[in-house]
Amino acid sequence: MRLAYYPGCTLASKAKAFDQTARWVAQKLDIELVELPEWQCCGGLVPQVTDAVMGLLAPIRILADAQTISDKLMTLCSFCYNTLKRANLVIQQDAERRQKVVDFLRETRAPKVFDENFQYDGSVSVVHLLEVLRDDIGFDNVRQKVVRPLTGVRVAPYYGCLLLRPPKEIGLDDPEEPTVMEQLLEALGCEVVDFPRKVECCGSFMIVNRPEIAAQCSATILKSASQIGAQLLVTTCPLCQFNLDWQQMRMLESNGEITPVPVLYFTQLMALAMGAEPFVLGFEHHLVDPRPAVMELGL
Amino acid sequence: MTTVRLSSRRLSSEILSEIEELSGQNLYACYQCGKCSAGCPLGFAADLLPHQIMRLLQLGMTKEVFASQAPWLCVACMTCATRCPKGVDVAKVMEAIRTIQLREGRGALQVFLPPAELVAEVPQLATVSAFRKLSL
Repeated sequence: MRLAYYPGCTLASKAKAFDQTARWVAQKLDIELVELPEWQCCGGLVPQVTDAVMGLLAPIRILADAQTISDKLMTLCSFCYNTLKRANLVIQQDAERRQKVVDFLRETRAPKVFDENFQYDGSVSVVHLLEVLRDDIGFDNVRQKVVRPLTGVRVAPYYGCLLLRPPKEIGLDDPEEPTVMEQLLEALGCEVVDFPRKVECCGSFMIVNRPEIAAQCSATILKSASQIGAQLLVTTCPLCQFNLDWQQMRMLESNGEITPVPVLYFTQLMALAMGAEPFVLGFEHHLVDPRPAVMELGL
Repeated sequence: MTTVRLSSRRLSSEILSEIEELSGQNLYACYQCGKCSAGCPLGFAADLLPHQIMRLLQLGMTKEVFASQAPWLCVACMTCATRCPKGVDVAKVMEAIRTIQLREGRGALQVFLPPAELVAEVPQLATVSAFRKLSL
């Protein structure tokens, strides 16, 4: 299958391991990812007030560019996924704002100065790789590609906020009891830990504004994961990954409150189970190095 | 005998209508069950909890709401919006409160200098999102 692919700014830099393992996994599963030729940041978060237009321009420009490649745009970062999907809904549901956005993009869209044929009506659907694996590829097919089953590895799935909420607009899975990552982890052979804090917020972007407050949110999640004996945490969001990684490093340095629970992207764990070489996995980018844990687990 | 005339007229104001319009939410749908506050991950750090913000708005006490730090701590995790039994999206109400203040030039993001090692590592989406939510 062929999908338009939007990596987003963080996957092109701070979260390269997420991008490169996802591309590797996609290739193994015969998913052709066509990266948008010229893309820019999606804006991070979609404006939620009913009269906002400016914040829609970046995500809609991305979606309009995707329509020449495929009617499905795949993305990985939870922030990008949430922003693109919700901006798209506004375009589908609000005719007045759709007109404003389309008029603006028609006149300013690079590389053409004025493109009178430009149209976008919200017809591209925004999909997450987890959805593609569940709904199009199937976890049985994932299981068949596993060459290094992660048997007995206790993994806690961590969903965070933006992959699931608001459920009426996102609808990827149940907002309180999601199972998509659990199904994937089982296909990889892991022992899935029932993680009570799997849909809690890590503190999000408050890390740049009030870091001490975000740190407390992350600490609560980390203590819980450590207490229930998780050996790895798995996430879909570069900011969740960072917040949990950063705070964990500080907790491990300063006190004995937790045992190490390295935080991986789900694609890193997939690539590991599907036999990727170490250089693909990008474990060296982590603050809390997953390699000792991975080696100890005999992987 | 004294006649007490009950009226909600005092409670309707331009600013409340603006909050309702910007958020797309009915402020009076809230019946103060506190579910939003129970699940709010930033509630521990805020001067007012989400249900208290809702109650103050219902009573027309916008001055107190605009003085609160709570909307500036809200990261739009949308736990409240997901769990509200009345379907009120409190995260959108918080965003409307921020937006009104930002458009009046109040309450913009205070840019501070985080530790250098944090700046070096933090994903740029955090900075982009902080500016999106906390500045115009």
